Amino acid sequence: MKAQDLKIKEYCRISNNRVLLNDQLLYEDQGTDFNTFIKLAYKKMDTNYPKFFKMDDLSKLGFLASDILLKPITQDSEISKNIALVFSNSASSLKTDRKHQGSIVDKENYFPSPAVFVYTLPNICLGEISIKHRLYSENSFFIFNHFNAGYLHDYASSLIKTNKADEVLCGWINCDAEDYEAFLYLVSTEGSIAHNKEEIIKLYTTK
Amino acid sequence: MSDLKQELKEKIITQLNLEDIAIEEIADNDSLFGDGLGLDSIDALELIVMLDKDYGIKLTDPKEGKKIFESIEVMANYITQHRTK
Repeated sequence: MKAQDLKIKEYCRISNNRVLLNDQLLYEDQGTDFNTFIKLAYKKMDTNYPKFFKMDDLSKLGFLASDILLKPITQDSEISKNIALVFSNSASSLKTDRKHQGSIVDKENYFPSPAVFVYTLPNICLGEISIKHRLYSENSFFIFNHFNAGYLHDYASSLIKTNKADEVLCGWINCDAEDYEAFLYLVSTEGSIAHNKEEIIKLYTTK
Repeated sequence: MSDLKQELKEKIITQLNLEDIAIEEIADNDSLFGDGLGLDSIDALELIVMLDKDYGIKLTDPKEGKKIFESIEVMANYITQHRTK
């Protein structure tokens, strides 16, 4: 298979209190903070998965964006799909790291939460997605200063060309302080958008 | 005792983020793990921290939790007998 044969099948964005699939608005609520918005979006997307509420913000964001793209593929299938996950961001799990640090800074009041601590790695998000969609596939979470379309393109192409994966769910899931952004796209042999660096940047920057 | 049971139900829902469950849905003798509320191993660790933080009870062996966290009824009895705050 040649790299130019690969396509971007679908893409999803969650930012600015909006959820979009292929640029089509699925949900919007401008009057709420992230915590309320993401829970309302979860309910609107009919994502029946109670463990969602236990996740940290980064995992909630990645989980919901992934679910929108993967649910149509995995929900009626008994067979596990070979869809690799290649995510990236700049803040790693910093938002949760700070929350954990806040619980251990006072030695007189030292009660770290196990439920917070388990999310002090960004790739836990990939585990949550893999469990929900029964994926036993390759997964990686990279930390970059900025969205790195070239790296994601080369990595996803390599996974498919070397038969490590049939499709690759790629993108950027970032969460820190009050800022959050999810942009995920599915690289496949099907679809109408060419999978190249220029198209990835175009999709990412069209907000 | 009934106040403590109510308090425990509220704390479990809030601290374990059981958003889809109302206090009225938790009976005093419901299993907290497995087929009951469906809590998991991380929840068990959270409950151990809660016992320490809110009631001054330190469990040295996490396996003790298996008996203590059987139900709200069992938890409330244990806390009443062992609490230091």
